[in-house]
Amino acid sequence: MTQRLKLSVLRHGPLLTTITIFLLAYIIGAQLYPAMQRPQAFFNLFINNGFLLILGIGMTFVILTGGIDLSVGGVLALTTAASAALLNLGVSPLVVMPLMLVMGTMIGLGLGSLIHFFKVQPFIVTLMGLFFARGLAYIISLTSVTITDPLYKYLALTPIYLPFFAKAYIYIPTLVGPALLVVAVYLAYFTRFGRIVYAIGNNEQSAALMGFPVGRTKVLVYAFSGFCSALAGIVFSISLLAGYGQFATGVELDVIAAVVMGGTLLTGGVGNVIGTLFGILIEATIISILQYNGTLSSWWTRICVGVLTLIFIGIQSGFALRKKKS
Amino acid sequence: MNNRISFSRIRESRLFWVLTAWAVILGFNALFVPEFFRIGIQDGHLYGNLIDVLNNGAPLMLVAIGMTLVIATGGVDLSVGAVMAISAAMGAVLINPAPGDKLVSNEILTRNATNTPLAIIVIATLAAGTLCGLWNGLLVSRAKIQPLVATLILMVAGRGIAQLISNGQIITIYYTPYFWFGNGYILGLPVSIYIVAAVAILAWVGVRKTPIGLFIEAVGLNPKATYYSGISAKNIQLLAYTFSGFCSALAGLILSSYVHSADGNNNGLNYELDAILAVVMGGTMLSGGRFSLLASVLGAIVIWTFTLSMYALGVPANALLAGRAVLVLLVILLYSDRRLIKRRSKNNQAAVQSQDEKPSLPHP
Repeated sequence: MTQRLKLSVLRHGPLLTTITIFLLAYIIGAQLYPAMQRPQAFFNLFINNGFLLILGIGMTFVILTGGIDLSVGGVLALTTAASAALLNLGVSPLVVMPLMLVMGTMIGLGLGSLIHFFKVQPFIVTLMGLFFARGLAYIISLTSVTITDPLYKYLALTPIYLPFFAKAYIYIPTLVGPALLVVAVYLAYFTRFGRIVYAIGNNEQSAALMGFPVGRTKVLVYAFSGFCSALAGIVFSISLLAGYGQFATGVELDVIAAVVMGGTLLTGGVGNVIGTLFGILIEATIISILQYNGTLSSWWTRICVGVLTLIFIGIQSGFALRKKKS
Repeated sequence: MNNRISFSRIRESRLFWVLTAWAVILGFNALFVPEFFRIGIQDGHLYGNLIDVLNNGAPLMLVAIGMTLVIATGGVDLSVGAVMAISAAMGAVLINPAPGDKLVSNEILTRNATNTPLAIIVIATLAAGTLCGLWNGLLVSRAKIQPLVATLILMVAGRGIAQLISNGQIITIYYTPYFWFGNGYILGLPVSIYIVAAVAILAWVGVRKTPIGLFIEAVGLNPKATYYSGISAKNIQLLAYTFSGFCSALAGLILSSYVHSADGNNNGLNYELDAILAVVMGGTMLSGGRFSLLASVLGAIVIWTFTLSMYALGVPANALLAGRAVLVLLVILLYSDRRLIKRRSKNNQAAVQSQDEKPSLPHP
């Protein structure tokens, strides 16, 4: 019994650490700044970082296969710019949104195919995807384009009041991230696809020898990440009501850091999407603490994220060592 | 047959694709933007687009030299852009110190003066970058963190550190002697190109006249075999990352001196991507192994020739990103295509030799 308990602690150690650190960070923040004790402050984490969660879910799957997707920020920016341009041309938002999702999926599909069929390292291909998508966004418009579409405005500005919490509200796009998380958990644990993703991450060659469709799954994972990036782009453009090629610069690093903090090994095969949620919540908490403080400058966020990533990699390798020994 | 062999030998040379790409771009310019080749003399120095390629491309060439060694060890250094920003901020802050929360006053700013002697500024700038490289090297070689992740950390945190140093401001530099690195001329050619030449020669002597180059290639090809042959792979990696940090620092110095300012967010933006592109174009495989410094420097020149010819055509700077992405795609396809063809012919040979004994892996 104790042996099993020990093993399960070792297995879920990184995730438990992440959750503990999130709770600690939030409690410390709430002690320092009483404004953070209001439930709304907690929901603001989701309102402000919903797009990060969506990106993180796609990225988790890619990293689980042992790859990496640096193109997420670029596809996000391209989606915002393209949808703003199309909406201003008078295209219905009901056409624009599916179109953007298809575009993101196609970009992901293309990158995945390059990675799989030409056997190029994922990071250089997706780096190219980042350049390409941002470049396309700049070709669409060199300046920020405002969105005036009524549906987008409705989605952006209508608060939904939550039950159980007085005066706590979220917006409609905020729900997209948690909903996708449920889908992602289902995908990861209850489908063939999820099993194969983990198998590829653990050992691609064995997975291939077992007869799994390795190539198809790898390409699909990048397509899913592209889909998530486009979805995040739609959410982002709704929340800011604008489209611009320079949105979300450097977001790929925040996302990767969140995935690492969530206990996903960058070598693939180990990790889960729930952890990514808490990784993103930690980043969001740091950002909101810095905002509530007011005197600390925004660059501390980056330094904190870097230091936290380092600490979590240390924790991960510590747990991995222990696991090997036991 | 003899002709064919000599052609394939040329094609196998690392310089072949780089030079071909350069020739294509220059040929395009000769047809459509002939004024690209005009070189004039002004105030006793040369000017023109080709000189600009050398001067603007100098930081990238330096970064590419450092990056080549890192990639040859089988790693990658994503932090070069951030290290450039750190060293630029270091230089700027020593000229116009902005301690604590104080804003830099206009009075200090616009004076053509410095608070620190130039020599100390240069040494401190280079030391800051080298220290960052050393940190990367320690993470990779001693803490055994994957290079991609180890340098990603400094890439995220580095820009924050640069802003911390410069107190979040874009510091404009008014101290004229500092401009010499990015805008000065010696014998009609930009100073920066002499710096690049000096570093390139230093690196070349270091890797080709001593066993270090061989060790680097060995670490990149097979770390385990290297370890068993008694070579300290750890120290070789440490050296490569530290040198890359040094090169980035020098690049940051030249860049900030060229643009007369230090901006934690935008100094050296996208340099990591360009540098990797230059190295890959130079024929160094991302998996490590054999490398060529000259080919990487030429790769950097090709990137800047491409960029400046697009400027000459009137393409906006930001839209160029997509163009460069297409360039990367072409390079990737060129290299991987070669590998595909090779593998296919190998497979065919194997199929001829042993008809159906080979275990058939699912294969694209």
